[in-house]
Amino acid sequence: MAVYLDNNATTALDEKVLEAMLPYMGQVTGNPSSVHRFGRLQKDAIEQARESVAQLAGARAEQVIFTSGGTESNNLLLIGFNRREKESRIAVSAIEHMSLLEPAQHLAPKVDFVQVDENGRIDLAAVEQVMTDQTSLLSVMTANNETGVIQDLSPLIDFAAERNCFFHTDASQAAGKIPLNFVESGVHAMTMSAHKLYGPLGVGALVLDKRLPITKIQFGGSQEKNLRAGTENVPAIVGFGRAAELAMADLQTTSSHVRMLRDALEKGLKEFSTVSIFAQQAERLPNTVQLGIEGFDGETMLMQLDRKAIAVSSGSACTSGKTEPSHVLKAMKVPDALANSAIRVSFGKNNTMSDVETLLTALRDIIEINQHSPVMMAATV
Amino acid sequence: MSDQTAHKSTEQPIYLDYSATTPIDERVVTEMLKYMGPDSSFGNPASRSHNFGWTAEAAVETARKHVADLVGANPKEIIFTSGATESDNLAIKGVAHFNKKRGKHIVTCKTEHKAVLDSCRQLEREGYEVTYLDPMQNGLIDLKVLEDALRDDTTLVSIMHVNNEIGVIQDIEAIGKICRARKIIFHVDAAQSAGKVEINLEELPVDLMSFSAHKIYGPKGVGALYVQRKPRVRLEAQMHGGGHERGMRSGTLATHQIVGMGEAFRIAREELVEENKRLLKLRNKLYDGVKDMEEVYVNGDMDHRIAGNINISFNYVEGESLLMALSDLAISSGSACTSASLEPSYVLRALGRNDELAHSSIRFTMGRYTTEEEIDRTIKYVRKAVEKLRELSPLWDMYKDGIDIDSIEWAAH
Repeated sequence: MAVYLDNNATTALDEKVLEAMLPYMGQVTGNPSSVHRFGRLQKDAIEQARESVAQLAGARAEQVIFTSGGTESNNLLLIGFNRREKESRIAVSAIEHMSLLEPAQHLAPKVDFVQVDENGRIDLAAVEQVMTDQTSLLSVMTANNETGVIQDLSPLIDFAAERNCFFHTDASQAAGKIPLNFVESGVHAMTMSAHKLYGPLGVGALVLDKRLPITKIQFGGSQEKNLRAGTENVPAIVGFGRAAELAMADLQTTSSHVRMLRDALEKGLKEFSTVSIFAQQAERLPNTVQLGIEGFDGETMLMQLDRKAIAVSSGSACTSGKTEPSHVLKAMKVPDALANSAIRVSFGKNNTMSDVETLLTALRDIIEINQHSPVMMAATV
Repeated sequence: MSDQTAHKSTEQPIYLDYSATTPIDERVVTEMLKYMGPDSSFGNPASRSHNFGWTAEAAVETARKHVADLVGANPKEIIFTSGATESDNLAIKGVAHFNKKRGKHIVTCKTEHKAVLDSCRQLEREGYEVTYLDPMQNGLIDLKVLEDALRDDTTLVSIMHVNNEIGVIQDIEAIGKICRARKIIFHVDAAQSAGKVEINLEELPVDLMSFSAHKIYGPKGVGALYVQRKPRVRLEAQMHGGGHERGMRSGTLATHQIVGMGEAFRIAREELVEENKRLLKLRNKLYDGVKDMEEVYVNGDMDHRIAGNINISFNYVEGESLLMALSDLAISSGSACTSASLEPSYVLRALGRNDELAHSSIRFTMGRYTTEEEIDRTIKYVRKAVEKLRELSPLWDMYKDGIDIDSIEWAAH
């Protein structure tokens, strides 16, 4: 049986979530916009899911807009905001997910990028450096998908508030792993994704305080408070709702479980003198370790682990297959050679201690074999 | 589910709203389940470093082939999206933005789906010019009118294949030829035609075509856009972040939904011909069952029309009251996307139907699970409801007394 340690890329749909979805994948159907009974039942299901997702976010149900996923939520926020506030500047952190960085680059002369320290943290001074009088939206992710670093958002939110600047946070990786509180935290927009928390692929949400002005970016219907046109993906939305309920209920158990596995792995990694853990000094998600192995190429390592039926990744799935080092590690000023050796291990609730042992054994084999290989020796000289 | 609503009737209404959405075929669900749950191939198709990702990616590619096969395309020409609305947005805004230096004029038709019309309206806000063609009374485009609307700065023509309300089939081959002759890009919204009308993109002069899965027994939340490769049609991505789908549409691919779409398209290809024969019989039966009533009008051309659609106006009966009287039928007065509004259908208005007729229209759309017995009952319900409402209608009395209602001058309130 293969060992799946890539839960930040996507998680396995929870069986209870699947159970909740199945009634909406059968013979009874309906378009939620239809006024007949079939349509109304679909609409009711969406509203119930909206309540559950709102609770996980610490928001009110009417603040939740369902989208096709985290990428669409981030695009809707940035492009939708720019359409309303054409003169405004936008500041985003340099370590955001590509689904935020790329629309930001698309809006480029109006966007400033906030730098991070060597532990992947964004401090107030870095934000102050790029903020101008025209900056009216600041976007900093809650937790990073590669390193797992959790940002200390509250000083940034306060600072933005003082300057009448709206604040958005991409909580795709944080939701279900650490508590969220949209209303109390003072953020105005938050991105969420279902498939990172044992919900289905193809659905996400943008939680939105109505004071933050955006327009829709996809046209053709007034669904989702006229912010997202298109027939609602009812089974997926229902699945997202159920996944959010379970994430709320299991938050403590899941996070201590994955933390135990992560700590055990990090302890085991100490035996390798060539291994370093990125952002180790920062507060990180309980399930994530990103490590570099001196003298190794990350992609080769991934292939060798795959041959041993262990699934990990170098960083984001969305950029995997590319050979450049991760933009996150680059922003943290990790040297290219070390950044190129990065692998990310992300635990999930289905992993066990024996998965940790399997990974450690595999790493031991691969590292030792390579140490005796003449090619490796040459490469490390 | 039934405890969520308090309805008098215990019997399930008859579902005749297949153009709004369809149930998912069981065979489709079976395929989808292989990619859902902890014991499934649940990986992210973009994960390039392990088997979970490769398996998911392989499933996506198989689905892409099934979608391409139904419409005679190359799999490389199929881009997956979150639905036909996104496909229409990507095609129209994507082409308009990419070609803005060449020209900023677009031609479409007044009877298009909102996803096309609203995308065009957005382009107007951005400084583009859009010509909205009037169709003929039968819902079809007059090719001469189309040709007259084309200009040197026209970069895109967007015409739907089959109309969602009246089911008429446009001659996309003829329209495409006109566009090709002038090097204008031609987009076709085929959300209502794929799986219902044979489509061969290898021969059709069409550059871009939008598809939906949930209109042909696949899941909601997934669609596709055909983007022709030879000659290559270029467009600007509307969603950024990761460069999935050859850079045209970013975002994690929803494996199970795409697999569902693939299976739905595969089944549609196998069953299209036989199913159309069956649906045509049912539709003709329904129409034959009500057409002898007075003042009954079919909206849209009867010959160029998909088998599963009939749209009828019952004059002197108010549409909303008729829908309520027919609560045993799940039907609509037009598109689901506009059904909450009380405005008469803009599609019927564009055909030149007056407000009264547009207001009294009902769309019946039949599909894979519609039975003859259901049509028999439908005929009975419809006749009874129309007769009863007309009995209560002062307009009907006037009509029966020979008064020309159009000549009445109504007093202002």
